[in-house]
Parts: sequence; structure tokens; C-alpha cells
Amino acid sequence: MPEPLLSIDNLVVEFKTEDGIVHAVDGVSYELYPGETLGIVGESGSGKSVSTLALLGLIPQPPGRIVSGTAMFKGRDLLKLKKRELRRVRGNEVAMIFQDPMTSLNPVLTVGFQLGEAIKTHFPDEKDQAVKKRVVDLLKLVGVPNAETRYDQYPHEFSGGMRQRAMIAMAITNSPSLLIADEPTTALDVTIQAQVLEVMKRVQHETEAATVLITHDLGIVAEMCDRVLVMYAGHIVESGTVETIFRAPRHPYTIGLMNSLPKLTGDEEWLEPITGAPPSLIDLPPGCPFHPRCFLAREKCHVENPPLAPVDAGVGHRSACHFSEELAGRKSKFSEAVA
Amino acid sequence: MTEIRPSQGPMAPGDDSLFPTTQAIEGEVIAPEGSVVPTVDDTQAAGLELKARSQWSYARMRFFRHRLALVGLVGLVIIFGAGIFAGVVSPYSYAAIDLEHILQGPTHAHWFGTDALGRDQFTRVVWGIRTSMEVGVFVAFLSTFVGLIIGAVAGYYGGWLDNLLMRITDLVLTLPLLAVLLTATALLGQGNQWRVSLILVFFFWTGIARVVRGIFLSLREKEYVEAAKASGAGDARLMFRHILPNTLGPIVVNATLAVGTAILVEAALSFLNFGIKPPTPSLGVLVNDAQQSPQTPTGGTTWWLTIFPGLTIVAIVLCVNFLGDGLRDALDPTQRRMRA
Repeated sequence: MPEPLLSIDNLVVEFKTEDGIVHAVDGVSYELYPGETLGIVGESGSGKSVSTLALLGLIPQPPGRIVSGTAMFKGRDLLKLKKRELRRVRGNEVAMIFQDPMTSLNPVLTVGFQLGEAIKTHFPDEKDQAVKKRVVDLLKLVGVPNAETRYDQYPHEFSGGMRQRAMIAMAITNSPSLLIADEPTTALDVTIQAQVLEVMKRVQHETEAATVLITHDLGIVAEMCDRVLVMYAGHIVESGTVETIFRAPRHPYTIGLMNSLPKLTGDEEWLEPITGAPPSLIDLPPGCPFHPRCFLAREKCHVENPPLAPVDAGVGHRSACHFSEELAGRKSKFSEAVA
Repeated sequence: MTEIRPSQGPMAPGDDSLFPTTQAIEGEVIAPEGSVVPTVDDTQAAGLELKARSQWSYARMRFFRHRLALVGLVGLVIIFGAGIFAGVVSPYSYAAIDLEHILQGPTHAHWFGTDALGRDQFTRVVWGIRTSMEVGVFVAFLSTFVGLIIGAVAGYYGGWLDNLLMRITDLVLTLPLLAVLLTATALLGQGNQWRVSLILVFFFWTGIARVVRGIFLSLREKEYVEAAKASGAGDARLMFRHILPNTLGPIVVNATLAVGTAILVEAALSFLNFGIKPPTPSLGVLVNDAQQSPQTPTGGTTWWLTIFPGLTIVAIVLCVNFLGDGLRDALDPTQRRMRA
């Protein structure tokens, strides 16, 4: 096994609100290896964005607070870096692609200028000519037509898909070794989504950057990722390779997620949504956070929060369920599709 | 501190491939199988040429379609032009006394008539414009600068710093303008236009500071600011490169309007004998002078002494406001609507 590029251990992030303390991320640990793509899926508010924003110090503090945890990246703990050191990491070693390309570009600056800024911020001595050339090349790489002309245009002259391409170009300007994409396609049309995902793949291929892809779209996970983490109420409830998780999920929540998706082949019976609603993060239920909605829930689940424990042997498949063994052999809705 | 920049950075010299770490074979297109990313050549072949228009060309277009703004601009150019070239435009010296033509109405020789000392009123109005203009522009520039810095810092950092700066602003705002100005002049005596200007700046920065703070408060939460932050931009860069350009519209409008207001306040002060010290003619001084000689020797009114400088003040302020309005519409890049 190679050295992990990023290794997060027991990350806890809280937000102080008037109603109490929101436990947004509650003891998350995972590793990311060079060159791999890790998907993080979960509902809104499951802590998937917060757990990555915390890495770059992008959580507003206050009200947010990183209570504990370490995030080792290339031998240093990102969570303990000083502001100035962190700034050198951002956009250079670790870059981010944001969800909404419509609002993530500054409306009064040209796209070319903004991309150039990303270089100039970290390499202030770079000559303007060289920066411009690189920006134009990057725009070409992400498939922006007429890159030279587009360089001088403003974001309002770009379409949504083009803007997201520009955002991707901006993220990779300094060839980061870690790319965090926070729902990069959520704000886009389905047709554009496919194109942007292609661009992402291409970019990954070119930069060889490890990628954390945050999404709530299982389809995108299947398409893009090597491994996947399923998050629920600030906890990782299941992790494993994409193939394992889709073929044989071992956590009731993951199963529920898949059952609530329509299958495009064959006759579809009724979709089975997960009953109930996500718990309040201020007042988590005791025991397993998923037990009020779980079809397997028993006495033990009300009392004891299950750890994320390996299931079966090898393959790195882990599930946070007391009764994951009972789910063994159970096929998911998508097992045939994976196989 | 450890250096985290990769030894083979993206901008590493002597390497012209985009990502030096990638082992790309020369000429080989790297794309995943079945890639459908449209390339540059596709669209160019399809004849989809796009002409880039700069922000300025859009702004110019919007500005020149704004009729009132054009009126304001032309008016200001004429009036301020007369002020700048006062020495050339004015037919007499502003202090030249002609006792044979005292308090005469407008004639061919004296377009705006003469005052109680027989000085040419047109000449004095032209020089008055110059003084008023100096006051207006100076006050607008300096107070915008001060207000901008204070507002930007307060709005960007927030917290106790914001509180402190805004309470200071409130304090200055609570001072009664006229009372303080009158006291200052009473203590220091009447000064030249620069001293009056400095006192005005002390009061004028507050408006801009509040406007700028408000905009910074809302803009610092924008996603593009977060995105810039995520790409490593520091505080100063975020404030002045990313947020400031977005505040340009309101700032320009405020600064323009400040020119008008400063001219008005200066005129009011001078009118009350607390502003610029005669014989330097300012428009306010002229209106004040008119009060000293309300009647001609033959008993007629000396309307020309009041009307001409008064109208000039009105014209300047009106033009400035039209201009400010037009600039606001023109400089807002998010506004796509064209005025007919």
C-alpha cells in the first residue's frame, strides 16, 4: 500500500448556533491515496462539504469550530497550519472546485484575469506573457472554444458549462496534488454535467491529482470514483471501493439510498424512499444516528453507536452497523449493473 | 517553515508542457477513451467566432446612450473648462476695479454686469468656478480615498474593528456640520480654499465609508470571494483586487455627488462669511457680495450679482448629479439592459 497523500483522523467540526451546538462533522477519519478519486456521498447536511472545507480553513470561525482531529497532508497537519502557510497551500497544493459556477466567478473581472490571478498569487514573479499563455492553454485543455478571445471576456459572457470549465481550469492552474470538487455538477444541466465530468476526468488524467468528489449523485460516483464514503449525520457510515459498495452495500442507509433511486432498466416497481427525516444535528439520537429510520434497528442500536468496522476480509470495505453481517449476501438494486 | 512548492512547479522554467509531471508523448492527445470534450478546432470549424467586448466598451456604450449623463458631461466640461482656463477666458483681471462702471447691468463690455467696485462680474464668476471646482474635486477625491479605506477595512474584517470604525464614523456624523465649521473658522479665521476643503473632508468621508462598508459586508460572503480565498488569495488581494472593483459603481457615484455637495457647502459657508477669504472669488463669496449691494445708485435691483453665480452653482450641481447617475448605470457590468 502506498503512503496516503491525505490522512484525516477523527475530525470533529461544530457550529455554534442560537439553538445549540450543531455537530456537523463528528469523528470522521479517512485516507486518500495519490491519484485516486474518492467520492463522498450523503444527504444535504450530512457533513460532506464541511469535512473538506475544514481542511482548507474555509469554515467561518466563529460560528464554526474545529474541535479535534488531524489532517496530515504531505507530512504536515493542515488543521494546525498558520494562516499564511495555509494560504500557500490553497490553490497551489490543494485546489477546490465549487458548486455554483454562476456565482463563483467575480463578475467584474475577466475570466483570463481571474485565472491568471490564481497563478500570480503563488508565483508573483511570473511574467505576464507566460501567465497568459498558460491560462489560454488551460482554457483549451478544459475545452473552452476560442480560448484567446474568451480570455478577455467577463463571466456573464460565459454559459454555465463554460464557467464551470473555467473554474476547473482555475483549480488546476498550479497543478495541485489534491483537488476537492464540491458538487461540481449540481448546478448544471444533465447534458452539460456529462461534458463537465469528461473534463474532470481529462484534467485528473493530465494532472494526476488525487480527487475528493463530493456529491449526492450516486450515478456520478459510479462514473468517476475509485472509492466511496457514505456519510450520514456527520459520520461515515460506510466506505469501500465503488464496486463493492454498489454490488453489496452493508449498511442499511446505503441500501436505502440506492433503493430510492430509479433504475433505468427493466420494470420499476415503487421507489422505496428512506422513511423519516435526517436527525437534527443539534440533538442527535443516542446510539446509532440512523436507528430511527433503520429497518434493522434493535435494542442495541438505541444505546451504542457502532464503530466503522471492517466487513468481510480484505478489500477495505467498512460499515458502521452492528448488524452488517446480516446484510451479507444481500444484493443491491444495482448489483447486476456493476457486475 | 517547510517549502511546499513542488520542485517541479507548474511554472518551472524550461518546461513548456502544461503539467510537467505527466509523461505525455509529444503530439499525443491525452484524453480518456470516448472523450466528448469539444476541442477548439470543432467550434472554430463550425464558424462560431465570438468577438470579445471589453468592459469599458460596454460601459462607454451605456454611458453614451444615457442622454442626461451626456448633458451633464458637456455642461461640466464647459463650466469646468471655463474655470480651468479662467485666465484665458476672462476678459478682465478679477481684481481690476473700474470705478466709472459701478453696479452696471449686463452690457456688451460686461456680460454679467459689474459689482460695487466696478469689477467685471463675468470674470469673477469664471474665477469663482475655478475656486469652487478646486474645493469640490479635492474634497471628493480625498474624502473618497479616506472613506474607502475605512469602509473597506471595517466591512471586510468585521467584528470589533468594524464596531470601532463605525462608532467613530457615527461620532463624526453626529457633529453638526455648520456649527463645527463656524467654530473652526471663528477660531482659525477665514482661510484659503485648501483649508476649507480639508475641513470639509473631515465631514465628507463618513458617507463613503458607510456605503463602502455596506457593500464589503455583503460581498465578502460571495462565493467568488470564497473561491478566490480557496485559491490562496490573501486579505489585501481579496479586498482590493476582488471586492473593490465590485464597489466601483457606487463609489464613483458617491464621489461625483460629493463634488456637487462640497461645492454647495462651500458656497453656503462663504455666503455666511465663514468660508473662503475674499478677495479670492468663489461662487459663494460672490453671492455674499451681492448682499452687500442690493441696489444700484439709481435704485434698481442688482439681480445680476446674485443670479449669475447662483445659476452657476445650480448648473454645476445639476450637471454633476446627471453625470453621477449616468456613470452608475454605465459602470455596473451586471446591468445588461441598454437605455434607449
